[in-house]
Amino acid sequence: MMNIFKKTIFSVLLSLLVIGNVNADKIRIGTEGAYPPWNSKDESGKLIGFEVELAYTLCRYIGQQCTIVEQDWDGMIPALIMRKFDAIMAGMSITAERQKAISFSQGYADEVASLAVMKGSSLEGLDTPAGINLTKPNAAAKKALKTLTAALAGKTVCVQTATIHQNFLDSGDVGKVNVRTYKTQDEVNLDLASGRCDAALAAAVAFSDYAEKSGKPVVLTGPTFSGGAFGNGVGVGIRKDDTELLKKFNAAINKARKNGDISRIATKWFGFDASM
Amino acid sequence: MDFELMINSFPKLLNAAAVTLKLLSVSLIIGLFIGLLFAILRLNKNVFINKFAYGYSYIFRGTPLLVQIFIIYFGLGQIESLRSSFLWVILKEPYWCAIIAFALNTGAYTSEILRSAFQTIKPGIIEAGQSLGISSKIIFYKIQIPIAIRQSLPAYGNEIILMMKGTSLASTVTLMDLTGVAKYIISTTFKPIEVFIVAGGIYLFMTFVIHNIIKFLEKKYSFN
Repeated sequence: MMNIFKKTIFSVLLSLLVIGNVNADKIRIGTEGAYPPWNSKDESGKLIGFEVELAYTLCRYIGQQCTIVEQDWDGMIPALIMRKFDAIMAGMSITAERQKAISFSQGYADEVASLAVMKGSSLEGLDTPAGINLTKPNAAAKKALKTLTAALAGKTVCVQTATIHQNFLDSGDVGKVNVRTYKTQDEVNLDLASGRCDAALAAAVAFSDYAEKSGKPVVLTGPTFSGGAFGNGVGVGIRKDDTELLKKFNAAINKARKNGDISRIATKWFGFDASM
Repeated sequence: MDFELMINSFPKLLNAAAVTLKLLSVSLIIGLFIGLLFAILRLNKNVFINKFAYGYSYIFRGTPLLVQIFIIYFGLGQIESLRSSFLWVILKEPYWCAIIAFALNTGAYTSEILRSAFQTIKPGIIEAGQSLGISSKIIFYKIQIPIAIRQSLPAYGNEIILMMKGTSLASTVTLMDLTGVAKYIISTTFKPIEVFIVAGGIYLFMTFVIHNIIKFLEKKYSFN
C-alpha cells in the first residue's frame, strides 16, 4: 500500500518536472485582462487587446514561444517576483517606485491619465490647460494643480488600487482628497456611473472605452497628466536578475517599432497612435 | 523576510483592526436581533410566516457572502430609481452596504442556531412553568429565551469567529479594514508575504480573544 502511495507521489512529481521543462523555453507573460483597450477578455474569455497582440508580435521577434497568463492587478508585481510568469505587459507605467522592485524594458506606449466625471457634474469644464507634465512642472502646470486642489477639496475620487493614479492622489499634489480604491477598473467605472464617486482617475482611454461600450455619459475633465508620479510610458516589467530577457525584449521592441508594428497595433486598439 | 516592513506596518494594521472590530460588532448586534426575530418566526405555526423565515435563511446561507456584498453594493447601485430615493443616503456608503450584507448573513445563521436551541428545550421545563401558573409570555421571555441563548453559545461563538473572518470581504467594497490596509501596504511595497503574515497574526489574536470570551461565558452559565 505504502509502495503504491510512494510511486504515485513520485510519478506526479516527475510529471511536474517534465511539464516544467516543456515550459522552460516558453516566455510566460502576465497581464490583467481587465483594462480595455490595453488588455481585456472577449465574450469567450479569451485574452485580447493591444498588449496581448503586441506580446505575440514581440515574441516572434525574440524567436521564442509565449504563453499569456492572467493575473489580478494588485498581485501583478509580487507574482512576477515569485516566478509565476517572466514578464508583465499590463499597461504598467514605468515609475521610480516600481523600479525599486523590478526592472522595465524601454517604453512601448504612452499612457495618458485623465480625470473623468459624469455629465452635468460641477467638476466638468475645469479651467486648466489640455495637458500637464509633472516631471518638471512649469508655471501653467502648477497653476493647474492649484485649480484641481480647490475643485477636488472634500470630493471622493476613485482609482484602481496599486496604480500610478492612486500614487498621484496619495502624493498630495492635489491636496487632501477622499481616495477610494478598487480592485479593477470595471468597479471604478461602475461606481463613477452610480454616483458614489465624484470623479475617477485612470488612463483616458479606459474612460472613453467605457463610455462607448456602456453608453453612460462619462466625460473627461481637467488636464491630461504625464510625468512625475505618472511615470514615463508603459514598458515590459521583468525581474531584476533576468537581464538576459530584458535585453531580448528591448531588442524586440526596437525592431517592432522600426517596422511600424507597434504603431499599427496601437492604432487598431486605441483609435490613435499611442506608441512610443 | 523584510522584518523592518513587518514592524513598520504593525501599527497601521492594528489601527485597521479597529475598523474590522467595529464592522464585526455592529453587524453582530443587528444580526442578533434579526436572528432572534426569524428564529421566532420559524417556530410559528402559520405556514406562510414559517416558509418566509425559512426562505430568508435558505437564501443567505446558500449564497457566498462575497456575492451578497456585491449585489448590495454594486448591484443596487445600478438601479436608477433607488439612487434617487432616500435609501441612497445609506446605500451610497460602502460602510453601510457592508454592514447590511454582514448583518443579513449572520442573521440567517443566527436564526438557525437559535431555532435549533429553542427546539432542544425539554417540554418538561415549559410544563413545569405552566403548572406553577406562569403565563406563556413570561415562560417564553424568562425561561425559553435564556435557555436557548445558553444552548446556542458554542455554535454562536463559532459564528462570531466566522463572521470576524468574513469582514475581510469589506475590503472588496473599498473599506479600509485590516485586509484593506494590508492590501494597500502591499500595493506600495510589493511584499505580500510579510504584510499578510502580520495581518493574519492579528486575525488569529482576535480569534483567540473571542474564543476565550465565549469559553468563559459557557462556563459561567453552565447548567452544572
